[in-house]
Amino acid sequence: MASVDNVDVRRPRAPYPRWIKGVILTLGSVTVTMLGLLFVTFIIGRVMPIDPVLAIVGERAPQATYDAVYEQLGLDQPLLIQFFYYLWDVVRGDFGVSLLNARPVSEDIARVFPATLELATLGVLIGIVLGVPLGVIAAVNRGSWIDQIARVVALVGYSMPIFWLGLMGLLVFYGILGWVGGPGRLDIFYQDIVPTRTGMILVDSALAGDWSVFGNAFSHIVLPASLLGYYSLAYISRMTRSFMLEQLSAEYITTARVKGLPERTVIWRHAFKNIRVQLITVIALSYANLLEGSVLTEIIFSWPGIGSYITTALLSADMNAVLGGTVVVGLIFICLNILSDVLYRVFDPRSK
Amino acid sequence: MNEQAATQQSWREWLLTDAPTSRQHARLANLYQGWLKFRSNSMAMFGLGILVFLLAVAVFAPLLAPYDPFEQSLSNRLQPIGAEGHLLGTDSLGRDILSRLIYGSRITLYIVLLVALVAPIAGLLVGTIAGYVRGWTDTVLMRITDIFLAFPRLVLALAFVAALGAGIENAVLAISLTAWPPYARIARAETLTIRSADYISAIRLQGAGPLRIIVRHIWPLCISSLIVRVTLDMAGIILAAAGLGFLGLGAQPPSPEWGAMISEGRRFILDHWWVATVPGLAIFTVSLAFNLLGDGLRDVLDPKDGKQ
Repeated sequence: MASVDNVDVRRPRAPYPRWIKGVILTLGSVTVTMLGLLFVTFIIGRVMPIDPVLAIVGERAPQATYDAVYEQLGLDQPLLIQFFYYLWDVVRGDFGVSLLNARPVSEDIARVFPATLELATLGVLIGIVLGVPLGVIAAVNRGSWIDQIARVVALVGYSMPIFWLGLMGLLVFYGILGWVGGPGRLDIFYQDIVPTRTGMILVDSALAGDWSVFGNAFSHIVLPASLLGYYSLAYISRMTRSFMLEQLSAEYITTARVKGLPERTVIWRHAFKNIRVQLITVIALSYANLLEGSVLTEIIFSWPGIGSYITTALLSADMNAVLGGTVVVGLIFICLNILSDVLYRVFDPRSK
Repeated sequence: MNEQAATQQSWREWLLTDAPTSRQHARLANLYQGWLKFRSNSMAMFGLGILVFLLAVAVFAPLLAPYDPFEQSLSNRLQPIGAEGHLLGTDSLGRDILSRLIYGSRITLYIVLLVALVAPIAGLLVGTIAGYVRGWTDTVLMRITDIFLAFPRLVLALAFVAALGAGIENAVLAISLTAWPPYARIARAETLTIRSADYISAIRLQGAGPLRIIVRHIWPLCISSLIVRVTLDMAGIILAAAGLGFLGLGAQPPSPEWGAMISEGRRFILDHWWVATVPGLAIFTVSLAFNLLGDGLRDVLDPKDGKQ
């Protein structure tokens, strides 16, 4: 279908390579989406029942002080102008000052984010390592008992409230069996031993060569990461299975089998090779989902990441912090979505 | 007996006929065949059974609940499962967990039904208008849809609830606001294929306006794919609502909402595990039921997708 275009010789050649148009279109849609995200958070901030001025000056401030701060915050300007101020602030990485601890929200987020990143990354790794083979095996043995088990595993994953599963995990593996560390990232005894470089304790302790800290950190992260891993496993294994089924019913697979190639070669060298691109996009998506899915998990495990940060801020009506956190998570989410889109286009020859 | 069997037989034949005599007849026959297909899927029937049970429990809650779900009895707090008079034990205020579970089913159903009404209807409106009108309207509406689709849903819902204030209605609103975009996408895709069909041109030539075409001729055809999607999404809705309740942003205490019950039980999880465990099992069962039902419905209503 697309090749018909290429054959058409009468068509005048564009003065620039074709991919430039694609890049411009992508950039345009990214900009619009991000503006939309910022506009929504801006509106949420405006309809808040909390008066931002009152939150700063306090209830007993004289009217003059109130008015001065009101003007200082730019609240006397039209909404559109306020929105541009807000945009300008966000572009410079300024999310305002937290009402709780009077520190810049951006600093707080930079401090808590590595914890979430560490958790989500480990989670998605577990999901990939277990989910992809499970999906492939289920597809190859379609209808067998393995396929049924894979189906049940995924179904349960889709249906389980993650915070509850986390509680049960804590109860069984920490409370009863004592196999893993409890809530938090480290035992108190191990805290502040290794210098902070990346903010991810596993990486930091490995860099410092302090394996006892590493071990303790691992015993704390293994349970929440497995939980998140289970959720991405459910999604990744289902998608892998359906991609593989599609490939296995294609004629080139029949050809390969007829040629007498061993089944393992047919599955991994032929069929699996063709689903790698689709898999990458699925993995990027489930990574994005984990970053947000970790909100509830973080609360259960007292994990000091961005999810805990947003929720704590929310419960204490610290709106700057809530919106700052929302914008950051939203932007990452959008970026991962786009990344998966771009990867698909770059690596899949058919989409060119 | 024999006569009855004969009537049944003829009903069955009437419903399974190849040559329906009227539009009503064709519709009923279609429904019946769908039902037969659905019935053969035992997992889906299992899911349906659970949901019917849930509905019955919600309707007859006052008759079924052994105690008042709000009645506190501090001398009787944190009784274990199987304690005398309290089948599932009591919580930290001595309230009967079984009774709270039974009344909680009403809240769950209320939230799910409300979201399942609001979000698809909003999506249907946006999607069909965008798909039918095309041009600038389409571009703008779909861009907005994409923006909402690009949001992390739970975080967006959190921000909305923060702005609107905690409570069941606001939780429903927040979940709906994050749930409508996929429906808009589906409705638009369906509309795009339908609008160029010959019968739409025929109606237009007969003088039907866009409103009539959309409402009477496009909407009915979008419904079945929307229903499948809604059923599959219901599990997600339940989990989101329970998550908000767990964070203290959905139903407020002393409401026996299941997510809030887990949050309450969380404090005693190590010593009194059943307080948090029981409502979690309830949430799991119901969302599993919706997933099973959705899978079954997809096979019946959308065969090409189900085969994969």
